[in-house]
Amino acid sequence: MISAQDLHKSFGVTRAVAGVSFEARDGEITGLLGANGAGKTTTLRMLYTLMQPDSGRILVDGLDARGEPLAVRRRLGVLPDARGLYRRLTARENIAYYAALQGLDARSAQARIELLLQTLAMQDIADRRTEGFSHGERLKTALARALVHDPGNVLLDEPTNGLDVMSTRALRDFLRRLRSEGRCVLFSTHVMQEVAALCDRVVIIARGRVVADGTPDALRERAGEQSLEEAFMKLIGGAALEELA
Amino acid sequence: MSVAPQPLDAAPRQPAAPGHRAGLQLRAAGIVFVKECRESLRDRRTLLNALLIGPLLGPVLLVFLLRLTITHQLAQANRPLPVTIIGAGNAPNLVAALQRAGLQVLPPVPDVEAAVRSQQLDLALRIPAGFAAAWRAGRPAQVEIIFDSSRRDTGPALQRLRAMLDRYSRVTAAMRLMTRGLAPTLSLPVVVAERDQATPQARGALLFAMLPYFLILTALIGGMWLAIDTTAGERERASLEPLLINPVPRDRILAGKLLATATFSLASLCLGLIAFMVAGAFLPANQLGLSFSLSPRIVGAILPVMAPLVLLLATLQILVTAFAHSVREAQTYLGLVQLVPVIPSVVLGLMPLKAQLWMFAVPLLGQQLTVMQLLRGEAISLPEAALCALVTLALAGVVFLGARRNYASERLAITA
Repeated sequence: MISAQDLHKSFGVTRAVAGVSFEARDGEITGLLGANGAGKTTTLRMLYTLMQPDSGRILVDGLDARGEPLAVRRRLGVLPDARGLYRRLTARENIAYYAALQGLDARSAQARIELLLQTLAMQDIADRRTEGFSHGERLKTALARALVHDPGNVLLDEPTNGLDVMSTRALRDFLRRLRSEGRCVLFSTHVMQEVAALCDRVVIIARGRVVADGTPDALRERAGEQSLEEAFMKLIGGAALEELA
Repeated sequence: MSVAPQPLDAAPRQPAAPGHRAGLQLRAAGIVFVKECRESLRDRRTLLNALLIGPLLGPVLLVFLLRLTITHQLAQANRPLPVTIIGAGNAPNLVAALQRAGLQVLPPVPDVEAAVRSQQLDLALRIPAGFAAAWRAGRPAQVEIIFDSSRRDTGPALQRLRAMLDRYSRVTAAMRLMTRGLAPTLSLPVVVAERDQATPQARGALLFAMLPYFLILTALIGGMWLAIDTTAGERERASLEPLLINPVPRDRILAGKLLATATFSLASLCLGLIAFMVAGAFLPANQLGLSFSLSPRIVGAILPVMAPLVLLLATLQILVTAFAHSVREAQTYLGLVQLVPVIPSVVLGLMPLKAQLWMFAVPLLGQQLTVMQLLRGEAISLPEAALCALVTLALAGVVFLGARRNYASERLAITA
């Protein structure tokens, strides 16, 4: 369970995040929806303690991210926007490196890695060096290493970026599985269909602020629109167009 | 991607009890260290630099240059000296004596001054027509050497010719004194005897004044790619951000990377020393009355002297590369760092200072002096060596704090 409370973050004069509050619950998929530059990535970076918010509070399973960043990181599985792998290591070695850094002992790490390789159907690439991996193979490896410590909360920054249709479907199934296992899943996206297909709750961000928060149905209802896309456009107002201008 | 239908896990396993992860903080640096070493051992570029180019650069260059100069000098000394002689018929005895000393007579040319000036001739000797008359009368008989002092390459030939004439003159003077019943030593009021106190080993050390610099350069080259790859490279390939999300303090990660860099530097240095030991055998140093042997005992002493410096240099490399956003940028910075160890070499070369205590407190200079002492076969004094090591380690600590500060910055992970 993740709780963001009135987060603010500025870079110089740019106010990237200006008052973001929401909750992502266990056993639910929460979507962070917003246009490019709306503040999604910065919000996520604060949640996974890479950055300190200028003000506001973050609680992960009740732990304060400012006071106990290491404890918080142990409860988070993160697929950041940057998901570079070590090219000269095999997929298995890449995952094992993170398992060791997460403090898993060798035996439980091995068991956990086997399980993930199986679940993500990547046994055939497990012992290949990641140099030359396809986009989907790289994503699987990055996912596996993010989840190697069996975290209760999973954060993903635009996970379907650059994936083909088949891979996108598989990823959605995977996220649903994480939900069914009782985890708190939070992902950011600028793709409407993603949200409609997956989310139990949607948090819409525009210009660093939360402009709407609720179930997809509730948001459609609130905006009085049939399609989520129309609702989205209505809710964020002219913000998206201003970003483009 | 496709996902098989096996269950991932029954329920999320909440983080294990703290005891389970005890010692992780200390272990983390070790985990990073092992991973960086393993990855680098698979990188041809890193291996090539650390294990081949770095260690071999110094010895190969040294052997090549020394062989070149030594064989050149030896060849010069034994070769006949070709000299154009004008008026050889005026002093056949002198010319014959010069020929016995190794002079090769070249036929005269019309305008010898112009020929020397236009560099057609290196050197010419003119024996004037009045030579024989002056000789017989017992007056100083003059000969002229025509040369161009602005040409440095004819210097050795000129010296040889002067020495030949001088010897002939002295022998003749001695003979004249003897025929008059006087002791030939009368014409030698003062004699100078030179007693060089340099041991053959010390003269060899002079020859190897560049060795400390090469050793430092070897260490720098050995750690270079590791430092670049583990900091700027990780940043460029967007693997730094996910790495920093692991529950490990950043300074442990930095320490692991530093250890890996220092280890490769040290390995490079060891190989370099072995290469120098082998290279010593290929030098014609004995022909010049020099002795240079990098015995295992000396190497064993050089290593602990250099080790703190290796750590300092690795820390410096990590600090500098952590500032860079890309591999290319890091390369540029490290290129500048490689110039730093030249400074003490140049200072020592320009001002051959007598070693004083404060110099041992200057990293680079201290190691350079200590290694030179070892090479000269002298005993190093322990307080000075300890001072040198301590100051170097302290500076490495300061540089590490700087790198750590840089690593703690929020911007670090964000690739842009």
